[in-house]
Amino acid sequence: MALAGLFLLLFLPVHLAINFLLLKSDPDPFNRAAHFMATFPVVKIIEIVLFAALIIHFLSGIYLQIINWMARPVRYSVASRTETFFFSKFMIWTGAAVLTFLVIHFFNFYFIRLGLVEGNPEDFYSVAHDLFKIPEYNIIYLLCFILLGLHLFHAFSSAFQTLGLDNRIWKPVVDAVAWIYAIVIPAGFASISLILWLFR
Amino acid sequence: MKFTLKIWRQKNAEAKGAFVTYEIDDISPEMSFLEMLDALNKGLVEENKDPVAFDHDCREGICGSCGMYINGHPHGPVPAVTTCLLSMRHFRDGETITVEPWRAKPFPVIKDLMVDRSALDKIQTAGGFISVNTGSAPEANSILVKKHDADEAFNSGICIGCGACVAACKNASAMLFVSAKISQFALLPQGRIEAKERVRSMVEKMDDLGFGNCSNTGACEAECPKQIKLTNIARLKREFYKAL
Ligand code: SF4
Ligand code: FES
Repeated sequence: MALAGLFLLLFLPVHLAINFLLLKSDPDPFNRAAHFMATFPVVKIIEIVLFAALIIHFLSGIYLQIINWMARPVRYSVASRTETFFFSKFMIWTGAAVLTFLVIHFFNFYFIRLGLVEGNPEDFYSVAHDLFKIPEYNIIYLLCFILLGLHLFHAFSSAFQTLGLDNRIWKPVVDAVAWIYAIVIPAGFASISLILWLFR
Repeated sequence: MKFTLKIWRQKNAEAKGAFVTYEIDDISPEMSFLEMLDALNKGLVEENKDPVAFDHDCREGICGSCGMYINGHPHGPVPAVTTCLLSMRHFRDGETITVEPWRAKPFPVIKDLMVDRSALDKIQTAGGFISVNTGSAPEANSILVKKHDADEAFNSGICIGCGACVAACKNASAMLFVSAKISQFALLPQGRIEAKERVRSMVEKMDDLGFGNCSNTGACEAECPKQIKLTNIARLKREFYKAL
């Protein structure tokens, strides 16, 4: 769960860096980067690992959640008033939202490349620009990135706990990276959507 | 002080339970929560009614038997105290107090607020000990222990096995309890000898008994009457990986 999740995290900054090319008026750099990601053999191998990580993360998340629900067959009548790490309680739901977005995202891009959905796989620049003109798409996009941020904020420190790192030593580093993942990365994706939606 | 008590009543493990409401008066603020329940039970016995069953023994916060879920908190709203040390002055006069038993699959209700917590004993007997020859106590300084390690081991060793961590966790996970028991031995040279078998068998037992998994919500640490720290869980993980 933790290792698969951490591996997925590595992919996000790369994707964000490529997305920034969408802000250029010339479609070429973005399309070339997308073409490179789709064809370069090393990237293709990483892509397989990435899908494996995604599936492992998804399946183990659901499996663990079912065990956790089963561990308390009779619920309390008074809801818990214990102070907890707030977002930790909603991981399955923020995760489900991110997954829903991924499915939409696959329909919009990845399946074009596989030939399952109509479109030009060599011009994802235009596909993206067209999508960001649709207000509903932008709203779903922004919402999903907020939820992704919340998911990642808890995920990061939890993954390190699972790996057994001593919190007292690593806490400041882990917290700093968690904040970057929770705010900077989602804000980066969101800013591209907002700029293309509102200012282009 | 006066209170309205909503208490979970359940005849036995098979019976369907329900909340019963009681009004209670003349409770002094210095009384402990258990003394308040004693007063309620005295009244019930005088009326020839079945008193509320709840676990208790030491009444000084060391045996861990008095757990109950009070107004959404295991051991009530005050941090770092057991129910037996929770005094009634922490409640508002006239307040409605809802009392439920611990809820977790491995803790079936025996009667009313009393649950069977022997699952924790089963985890403990799976490996929470060291094998030594009995006899007279050995010379204390023959094996030297760093002060820091001794203190840390002590801080984990004070877990009283009350199960509040399980009761508080949204996943009913026993990870804090197990991590405290593992840490107590892992930090001391005497415990290192059987460290691998210990962590393997205690974790296996914990999973077999139907506890949930830790998702790092921090609820256990927040409610533990002995303030056992989440860092123990990271240590449990390290010990587990070393034993693989
Ligand atoms: S860790 Fe704390 S809450 Fe859990 S059993 Fe031990 S003393 Fe009770
Ligand atoms: S009765 Fe022993 S800890 Fe409360």
